[in-house]
Amino acid sequence: MPYDSVVPALLEIRDLVIHYAAGPDASVVAVDEVSLDVEEGEVVGLLGESGCGKTTLLLAVLGLLSPAARVMRGSIRFRGRDLLALGGLEARRVRGALISIVFQDPSQALNPVRRVGPQVAEVVAAHHRWSRLRCREEASARLAEVGFTEADRIYDAYPHELSGGQRQRVVLAQALACRPALVLADEPTASLDSTTQAELRALLGSLQSRFGLALLLVSHDLGALAALARRVLVMYAGRLVESGNPGQVFHDPLHPYSRGLLRAFPHAVASGAAPEPGLPVPIPGSPPDLSRLPPGCAFEPRCPDRVPACLERPPQEVRPGEDRRVRCFTYGG
Amino acid sequence: MEAEPALVRVSGLNKRYPRRGGRRGSAGVQALADVDLEIAPGATLALVGESGSGKSTLARCLARLEEPESGRIWFEGEDVLSLRGRRLRPFRERVQLVLQDSAAALDPRLSAAEIVAEPLEILGRGGKSERRGRARALLDTVGIPSAWGERRPAELSGGQRQRLAIARALAVLPRLLILDEAFAGLDVSIQAQIAGLLEDLRIRHALTYLYVSHDLALMARLAREVAVLFEGRIVERGPVARLFAGPSHPHTRALIAAVPAWPAASPRVS
Repeated sequence: MPYDSVVPALLEIRDLVIHYAAGPDASVVAVDEVSLDVEEGEVVGLLGESGCGKTTLLLAVLGLLSPAARVMRGSIRFRGRDLLALGGLEARRVRGALISIVFQDPSQALNPVRRVGPQVAEVVAAHHRWSRLRCREEASARLAEVGFTEADRIYDAYPHELSGGQRQRVVLAQALACRPALVLADEPTASLDSTTQAELRALLGSLQSRFGLALLLVSHDLGALAALARRVLVMYAGRLVESGNPGQVFHDPLHPYSRGLLRAFPHAVASGAAPEPGLPVPIPGSPPDLSRLPPGCAFEPRCPDRVPACLERPPQEVRPGEDRRVRCFTYGG
Repeated sequence: MEAEPALVRVSGLNKRYPRRGGRRGSAGVQALADVDLEIAPGATLALVGESGSGKSTLARCLARLEEPESGRIWFEGEDVLSLRGRRLRPFRERVQLVLQDSAAALDPRLSAAEIVAEPLEILGRGGKSERRGRARALLDTVGIPSAWGERRPAELSGGQRQRLAIARALAVLPRLLILDEAFAGLDVSIQAQIAGLLEDLRIRHALTYLYVSHDLALMARLAREVAVLFEGRIVERGPVARLFAGPSHPHTRALIAAVPAWPAASPRVS
């Protein structure tokens, strides 16, 4: 788990900095000095709000960054190979086969005018020199794995004939088509009804343990993170500001941003209990302009615990406890 | 207090949608089935249900954007469904609807100030400069800096657009605000900001809120009372604490079970 271990992790990101071009001499900082590891079979949760850089981070791992994005520094290694240096063909072998992604909105991930089964089979076909029949059988098997009891009937269905939860399961079958080692999931349950969310959360958990999947899970679903993740990372303005196990981060958040974010969540304190009465508490102010980040800590303008040092330079990562990291001057920095 | 008449009273509301491509005379989908509902002035009531439960249909019927097949709706004692044409106008001022996707609900060609002033213009309220002044005051109320009045929706963030939609709804001084998934897709800290803003406005302007949402966890924080809609029927209604303590309908129990719980405090062993 510590990212200075000699054995390489499945996914190793080091000091990654990604900017987006925004005009002739302006740039937006999307990912800033991010280092993280995902071990084989490990579930890592990533928590943060829109614009904090979490989607850019996932897209960078898959090599799907938009042309406006520039990787300024850092490395992304998968089983020791530098993904940023991979050429087209090699990158395609990794992408979709060894690493896959599930996006938030399944209706945008599926082609509306084609039956869903062939859309799973084509992922298999893209990575194997197998007959059409074999690819079809594989796709059917994947559909059965994601919980369709009538996989053959679903195979021939069009996306609009399925519910949102069923569509998201098809997308999951696509992501699992080639038995990947790592699945990136970007808010996979956010667009669904709450009871469907709970079903999908359980399915994701059982698939993860059955196939020993490593999962980098971006989610606002604290229930999913609590049930699945071994570590939770909190991201703000392109930086990882805190990490720890879910019990630590949710019950004893160290970073002032984590504390603010968790107070704003309307979730129940225990299963079946009523959420605490009263309105959720907002974090004062708004996120910084990423094209004009302050020289100090990006959270300083909104922070209740600021000290003079916060204005001078961004805090360095410190380790206040076993397996815990935080970037805040309160803990040294 | 007990004798205060309901702001909204709904009785025996039915609405059926024909099945797409279905034969004439086929049953179709029963979106609302014998719905009775009362909302007291100043209430914050959340209508909670999943997709297809009929919650948006009910909201749209209450706003007179959709005609029920049978049943009656009274607003401030007035029979709403009998209102036609010009006589609907005062009702439209008193009941405003804020929708989920404010980006789609706002005219992209208009500036923020014009969007807020437009309802006043349509109703012929005040002169141009008066309407401008009122629009700026409303933008200020919802926390959009007045210097941003010239910006178009595309130049605003999702949270700012949602606040703009609320400012527009408030322009005509409504009594009832229906917020249909008005928080969906927003970051939690933005949700919390807008929830605080709405509570503030409710007290200052004596507003009544009907929230419509699938998110029971959020609704339990925002509303005092929750009504659960399932297959077109209100299966259960009560104050938040009572609903959680003793849900009587299986669907309510399923919704409560699906509320994501805080993780256990003990560190996980892996």
